[in-house]
This record gives sequence, structure tokens and C-alpha cells, in this order.
Amino acid sequence: MRHILSLLLENEAGALSRVAGLFSARAFNIESLTVAPTEDPTISRMTVVTSGSDAIIEQITKQLNKLVDVVKVVDLNEYRHIERELMLIKLTAQKEERDEAKRMVEIFRGRIIDVTENTYTIEMTGTGEKLDAFIEALGDSMILEVVRSGVSGISRGDKAIQS
Amino acid sequence: MAKKREILRGAEIFCRALKDEGVKHLFGYPGGAVLHIYDELYKQDAVQHILVRHEQGATHAADGYARATGKPGVVLVTSGPGATNAVTGIATAFMDSIPLVVFTGQVPTHMIGNDAFQEVDAIGITRPCVKHNFLVKDVKDLAKTIKKAFYVATSGRPGPVVVDIPKDITADSCEYDYPKEVEMRSYRPVVKGHPGQVKKAAKLILSAKKPMIYSGGGVILGEASKELIEFSRLLGYPITNTLMGLGAFPATDKQFIGMLGMHGTYEANMGMHHCDVLIAIGARFDDRVTGDLEKFCPYAKIVHIDVDPSSIAKNVPVDIPIVGDVKHVLTDLIDLIKNDKDKPDAKSLKSWWQQIHDWKAIDCLKFDRTTDVIKPQYVVEKLWELTKGDAYVTSDVGQHQMWAAQFYPFDKPRRWINSGGLGTMGFGLPAAMGVKLAFPDETVACITGEASLVMCIQELSTCLQYNTPVKIVSLNNRYMGMVRQWQEFFYSSRYSHSYMEALPDFVKMAESYGHVGMRIEKTSDVEGALKEALAMTDRTVLMDFVTDQTENVYPMIASGKGHHEMHLQPERELA
Ligand SMILES: Cc1ncc(C[n+]2csc(CCOP(=O)(O)OP(=O)(O)O)c2C)c(N)n1
Repeated sequence: MRHILSLLLENEAGALSRVAGLFSARAFNIESLTVAPTEDPTISRMTVVTSGSDAIIEQITKQLNKLVDVVKVVDLNEYRHIERELMLIKLTAQKEERDEAKRMVEIFRGRIIDVTENTYTIEMTGTGEKLDAFIEALGDSMILEVVRSGVSGISRGDKAIQS
Repeated sequence: MAKKREILRGAEIFCRALKDEGVKHLFGYPGGAVLHIYDELYKQDAVQHILVRHEQGATHAADGYARATGKPGVVLVTSGPGATNAVTGIATAFMDSIPLVVFTGQVPTHMIGNDAFQEVDAIGITRPCVKHNFLVKDVKDLAKTIKKAFYVATSGRPGPVVVDIPKDITADSCEYDYPKEVEMRSYRPVVKGHPGQVKKAAKLILSAKKPMIYSGGGVILGEASKELIEFSRLLGYPITNTLMGLGAFPATDKQFIGMLGMHGTYEANMGMHHCDVLIAIGARFDDRVTGDLEKFCPYAKIVHIDVDPSSIAKNVPVDIPIVGDVKHVLTDLIDLIKNDKDKPDAKSLKSWWQQIHDWKAIDCLKFDRTTDVIKPQYVVEKLWELTKGDAYVTSDVGQHQMWAAQFYPFDKPRRWINSGGLGTMGFGLPAAMGVKLAFPDETVACITGEASLVMCIQELSTCLQYNTPVKIVSLNNRYMGMVRQWQEFFYSSRYSHSYMEALPDFVKMAESYGHVGMRIEKTSDVEGALKEALAMTDRTVLMDFVTDQTENVYPMIASGKGHHEMHLQPERELA
């Protein structure tokens, strides 16, 4: 099953490679990994999307917790949570394609953020699933370039993940 | 008014910090990146520097020292090849959770990343085989980083920590302040076990009809041997140890039923297979212990106590996991069991012990005592007798290691020193040297094979320089015996590259290093030679025992087999 793990880690050089190295050394899956500093400049927040059986997810969580730079690990699947990903996508959009593309962008609540005679560049946020659906709906022939941020996640409600 | 602190250079800070940390021995080898440090070492005498002959030797010696004393082993090597040579020893310590602090020199900060002379990414190379590593970027962080390194290496589940120090940091100066303690929000090892879990475990343990206690290296690392003995005696249950756990429970005690696993005793492995409650203490269900996981302890409910949560349920599902320091958890369990109105089920226990004695009667470790050619087992047994079972014994990797584990029953923890997890040939001699430095008055023997021995033979020089008279018991079968054994069993006796051709004359070799060499070729000479060597308490002696080339280690669980599918010696094989 797919899990979204949220990590707080020391904002130290090398912390990212410790996490990435752990996943490759122990043959755990990584679907996406994002990391950036938080309101506390000494702490980075990382979101890792991974998949595996319950036993594997348990091992991943334990192994992450064991890393000395990791302050906290939360499996967002255990909470009501919100998941978002940003996608920038460049399409060919010529003549009659242009209207079709615009309609699709509206349906998926994206925004056209750059335009040329032959292309549209679109910004879209949503769950990974929604972004997948958009890509599928467009079909391969129109897509020139896809840039995805990887998933970020946060729990719903009053609860906050803090160090 | 704040106390005025001394301004010191990085290299001085390094030496002072080691002194303040109470470090007595530093195993090292100099080079360009650490020359400022070496210059400071020259000026002080609080820390004794032991000049090894290869950086692998430094890490193994520090490791042996740590295993024997429980204190962290400390190493200093230069950048580049110094660091890479140390990697094998770091990985060896990592796999067995041994506390080491390894300082690697690094090129000056401004040159990092430029492919400078003797630059390697020591942090990157060691990352997968350390508990943690640090790159010091500012001299102001140096003292604090050293403190953290010792703290991380020795607390929780111990392990090696690398501190990479660029050369310019050792030249820069700042105020010296060695912290007494460190707090790390991201690192807080658990000590106490969860009380609810401990209670549940006590109930299950007392309900057992066919119990087994299976304890590992964690009991030794956690200094919990006393508690393990009390716990086991209180219950009267049979106990087996892993290769790493030998000595935590006295091997000559009647409750001890031998080592378990690939070359464990028949009774220990059969006991594992048939038990109904398995109490795993500071052990990690390694594949050499469990055999085929599908067939592992099919009837047992499992309690697992370990300080490292990630060890629990990693390979085998566990019924009652307890995360905590084994010493604390055992103390709590002992309390609960003593005060419980339920007592161990004496009747069931009696028939269980009967069953175990029947298995034991098979005498799975029996070997031929009538031969003129030396049986390796006999040498180990004699060594045990002559040292009254009280020597520190290091080992290398191979058949000799298994025979050492089987035929030298250890009654005390920290006496048996071997590379269990990584299985590093070359470990034995430098490790013995490290032990002897820690305990100059104790007998230290290294049981080795001729192939392993030569992997770090250069350390014979170090033994001479620092006067560490160890006794090297080389079981020379002119083969990489363990490789030969597998080739005999699984590759139709095609002995591909496992024959040790062109061996040196070990007697002359020992002599050329300034030590005593002996060659022993007949069974009848074994005892005399050992006696003579042990009597030379101030000399390192290399005993080259020419042993039976065809001897194999039994019992053996082949890979993919379960505990109940052991092979015994061919003539003793049960149908
Ligand atoms: C550094 C290293 N290389 C290779 C091996 C694989 N290996 C395991 S046992 C063994 C043979 C050891 O031979 P020897 O030291 O003579 O001991 P014996 O088995 O004959 O007692 C080898 C090559 C290893 N464990 N370590």
C-alpha cells in the first residue's frame, strides 16, 4: 500500500543523503521525496511517498527513526491528512488544440501561466492521483514536458507535527 | 564573571578532548592531513598512541579493545587511503554494534570537492556502515562534535561513529570547552521497557511448557549478563546463545545447551524448533541463526527484547515486542516473575528437559580422538583446559572460528571476541592485540586459520613494539577450510581456489618479526606445545598446528533448511 511519511530532520548537510541512502541500501521503494526548510531554520521537513506491506512500512519507519539526524517520523496514513503536489506541464497547443487544452485546464482547475504561439505552460496542484488523471486525459501526443514537485502532506485539524 | 577559557588550536583541542573523555589508547597511522594532530600527540602523554601497520589493523585493534572492555575504541587515520583502509574495520564494528570513534583526516575545507591529493568523501563512503558520522566545518564545533561522537557511539544500540576533520580545522584556534553532556533532540535512546508489554511477557513466559531462552550479543553489549543469569536460574529454562552472545550465560552451566544456528548444537537447534515460547533477548534473528524463516520456530510464541526497535519484527514476526535496554527489562521481568503467584510449570518442564537430554545424548560435537594427525577441535579443547576456560579468545572467520565457539565454553561475557556479523578475515590478530593492551595481565589467545592470519599479519610488528604478548593458535589445514567445506558439500568437491598454495614458513615468519614460532604436527605434541607457549607470558607465540585437512564443522544447517534439518557428521547422521 502507498504511504506518505512525513519527517522532521536536522537541517544538516548530509541528512538528505542519509535518508536517500537508507532507502537504496535496504531496497525500500521511493515514489517521491521532497525536502525544504521549515519555519525553524534548523529543521527540514521531508515528505516521502513509499509503498510496501505493513511489515515493510513498519521497518521503514523504524529505520528512519534510527537515523541520528531524524527528529520525527509520522506516517500520514494514520491521520486524516491533505496531500498536494505541484505540477508544471508544457503542452503543444496549436490552432484547434488550443481550445481543447484550455477546457481541460479549467476542468482540472489548473492555470495557464505561459503562452507561446505553439505551446501552453500550465500550473496545477492536487493529489498525485489528480495530476496523473490530467496527464492521462491529455494523452502523450500533446505533452512536451512534465515537472512534478513530489508530494507534500500535512495532517488535518488542530494537530501539528512539531519537533 | 564568566571563567576565561584557554584558546587552543584544533589539534590541541583534539588531544585535550580525548584526555577529558578518558581515552587511554588511540590506534592510528599518520599522514599529511593529520600531521598537526600528530605533532600535538607528540607533546602529550595522557593518551597512548599505538602505531599499527595498516589502518584495518587500527580499527580491529580498537574494536577488540572495545569488545573486551565495554569502552569505546578510538582510531585516528589520515585522509584518502587512510580512511578507505579503515572501512573494513568500521563495517565490522557496525555489524556487531561495537562502539568505535574513528577520526579521519580530511583535506583542507577550501579544497574539499576538488579531487585534492588524498581526498575521498569519507562521510559518503562510510555512511552506510556507521551509526553516524560528522564532518567538522568549524573549529568551534570540534570539541562538541567529539563529545557527541562518543555519546552516540556508546549509547542505545552502540556502533561506530566517524568524525572527519579537515586539516585547516586542526590549525584554527578557538576557546576550548569540552561539554560534560550533550543533548540531541533527534537522538534519545529508549531505556525502560513498556510496563504493559513487560507484564504480558512475564505471563507468557510463566505459561510456557517448552520454553527456550535465546540470547545474543545485546546482553553482552548491555552489560546484562548478571540479570540474564538470574532470570534463567529463576525460571530453570534451557538457554542457548548466539555466536555473538557466548559467555553472557556460563557455558559450563547445566542449563546451557550450546550455541544455536548454522553450526549450533543438535539440542539447541531442536529445542528452538520444538519450543512453545521463545524468549529472545538482545538477539537479532540473523539468517545464520534462524535458517529458513518459513521453518523457524513453528510452534512458538515469541517475546523479543531489544534496545533497537528496528531489530524487532525485522525478520520474524513477534508476539510480544519489548523495546528497551535489556538490563532494565530483565530486571523488571525478574521482579514480576518473583512476585507472580504463578510459577513455572514444573511437570512440563521436567519432560521438556528429558527431551533435551535425549537430544544431547546424541553428542553432536563428538570427534575422532584416536588420530595421530591433529584434529582442530582437540587443539581448542586443550587450550580451554590449559587456560582454565578463562582466557580472552579472539578469532578470525572460517571453520576454526566455529570450532573455537563450540569447543571453548565461555563462562564470562566479553571473553569471546569475533567478527560475527561481517565475518571479517584478518580480525583476530589485531583484535587480540587490542585486548592485550586493555588487559596486559590476562591470557589472550587468537584462534585462527592460516588464510585469515595472513590478512593482517603485519600487526605482528605492532605486537612487538607495544609488547602485547598474545598466543596465536593457527589451525593450519592448508585450505580456506570453510570454503573447502562448502565446495565439498555443494559443489561436488571441486575445490576451486580454496587451496592455500605457497604458504610461508610460519615459524620463520614469527621469528623474523621478533616473536616465537612453533610448528606442531602430531596430536601427542599439542598439549606440550600449548603449555610451553602459555608459559612464555612475555612473548608473542605463533603456534602453527598442522591439522587434519578434511575435517568439517558439524552439525550444519545448510541454507534453506530449518533447525530440525541439521546434518550431523556423516557416520552419525540420523535417518
Ligand atoms: C575478508 C574476507 N574474505 C573472504 C571471506 C570468505 N571466507 C570465509 S571463511 C574463508 C576461509 C578461511 O580460511 P582459514 O582462515 O584458513 O580458516 P579455516 O576455515 O580453514 O579454519 C573465506 C575465504 C571472508 N570471510 N572474509
